[in-house]
Amino acid sequence: MREELLKVIEKNSRIDTKELAVILGVEEVEVVNELAALEAEGIICGYHTLVNWEKTSEEKVTALIEVRVTPQRGQGFDSIAERIYNYPEVRSVYLISGGYDLMVILEGKSLREVSAFVSDKLSTLDTVLSTATHFILKKYKDQGTVISSKKQDEREMITP
Amino acid sequence: MRNPLADKVVDIKPSGIRKFFDIASEMKDAISLGVGEPDFDTPWHIRDEGIYSLEQGRTIYTSNAGLKELRQEICNYLHRKQGVKYDPLHEVLITVGGSEAIDIGLRAMVNPGDEVLIPQPSFVSYEPCAILAGATPVIINLKEENEFRLTAEELEAAITDKTKLLVLPFPNNPTGAIMERKDLEAIAEVILKHDIFVMSDEIYSELTYTEKHVSIVELPGMRERTILINGFSKAYAMTGWRLGYACGPAEIIAQMTKIHQFAIMCAPSTSQYAAIEALKNGDEDVLEMRTAYNQRRRFLLNAFKEMGLSCFEPYGAFYVFPCIKEFGMSSDEFATRFLNEEKVAVVPGTAFGDCGEGYLRISYAYSLEHLKTAMSRLEKFVSRLRED
Repeated sequence: MREELLKVIEKNSRIDTKELAVILGVEEVEVVNELAALEAEGIICGYHTLVNWEKTSEEKVTALIEVRVTPQRGQGFDSIAERIYNYPEVRSVYLISGGYDLMVILEGKSLREVSAFVSDKLSTLDTVLSTATHFILKKYKDQGTVISSKKQDEREMITP
Repeated sequence: MRNPLADKVVDIKPSGIRKFFDIASEMKDAISLGVGEPDFDTPWHIRDEGIYSLEQGRTIYTSNAGLKELRQEICNYLHRKQGVKYDPLHEVLITVGGSEAIDIGLRAMVNPGDEVLIPQPSFVSYEPCAILAGATPVIINLKEENEFRLTAEELEAAITDKTKLLVLPFPNNPTGAIMERKDLEAIAEVILKHDIFVMSDEIYSELTYTEKHVSIVELPGMRERTILINGFSKAYAMTGWRLGYACGPAEIIAQMTKIHQFAIMCAPSTSQYAAIEALKNGDEDVLEMRTAYNQRRRFLLNAFKEMGLSCFEPYGAFYVFPCIKEFGMSSDEFATRFLNEEKVAVVPGTAFGDCGEGYLRISYAYSLEHLKTAMSRLEKFVSRLRED
């Protein structure tokens, strides 16, 4: 049940435990216990909402920054990653194989704010060799969900 | 002017679904639980192969029986799933949906006066196709007390000297009933005893929610006397591609191919290329869709239980078949009033045979959200009927 449960709530974290129990064909108490276990084991790390901020009056700029760093003896990339992810404006940090080392996704209120973060905070870290900043112009799909309008059901009302 | 029409065609009564379709389509704000096709889009990698074949200009006829590579993939698939071997060169025919296979299979196998056994409730095409093929359809009325499975006794009772062929429609549309190995073993005995043939329509085989689907061709002596029909519509959400297939003894497939060759030429080539991809890399998609259907199936059964509506637990397809006999009205009346009063379209059980009286077909090829809305309307309707 564990994997199926995770797949369901990964798409819809608002579904209640009673309904989860029904569609998974188990008792509600089992669902409640399993959710608690998954949280305790750090498998469920949070319950978030996918927001299309573009449709609100809130101004937001998202940047994707490629960062090349010098790994540190005994710590590899972990401590430099930590120094970066501790900034609250940093949304995600990934260690990447290939042409650079860390991919940092940053959210700010304006281009200026993002630029300031890169030049003042990120680039000045001793271990950072170089950065390349890409601003996101449009989100088509995020977290497996297509952002644009919902598709209509075009099937006939009744078919054999 | 003389009458331009053939009596045989005129005499066939129009599908019971048609009438309901016309009412429901007029109603702009109605929602539906009435479709017999998946709500999923065809998985993108499958669509992409179809597009690629068009880009490559593969827009010509294929061989009559269908692309060799597709026939080979179908044989691999049937071996993988049912453990049965077919020869891709002589024992497989690619058709325009499972529907064409039903039609030409019957035409290839029956002579005038032969009786074709059709268990009902079942898909709307078998009876008219049998009539058009010149056969006499003999209906076997399945019972809820047997979970709408076909029993050896029911089969035995329907067989006469003229019986040629049994249509075996499981997993079943509209009831959702399946036949497990023991059920098939029991009827196989009767089939062998009376030396009749089988047309096994297994279009919903991938949508089985207990253990895996069992085909009658797996049983000893049955492969030699069975036309196995399947297709891509339900398993891979490919209804509009119109692609199915028939597998069986070379002798029968050869005659079916003859009709197909003169009437159709070949199944659409774009669909055939897409179907190769479906069989090669589509197992994950099937599993994902089956899991979603199963969740909805449980949701509906629970909803019926909560509103006290009697329904046997179906283990296949994407339909449930609740009983509405307690309300003392016909299926047609119930469905019509439900549509008018709560704006939800369901199909009366009688659309699938007279013995569907007292039942409704409810499809769960819809999102959970949609089903939730529909069930709350059904609950309202049912409690109002009980108060009256």
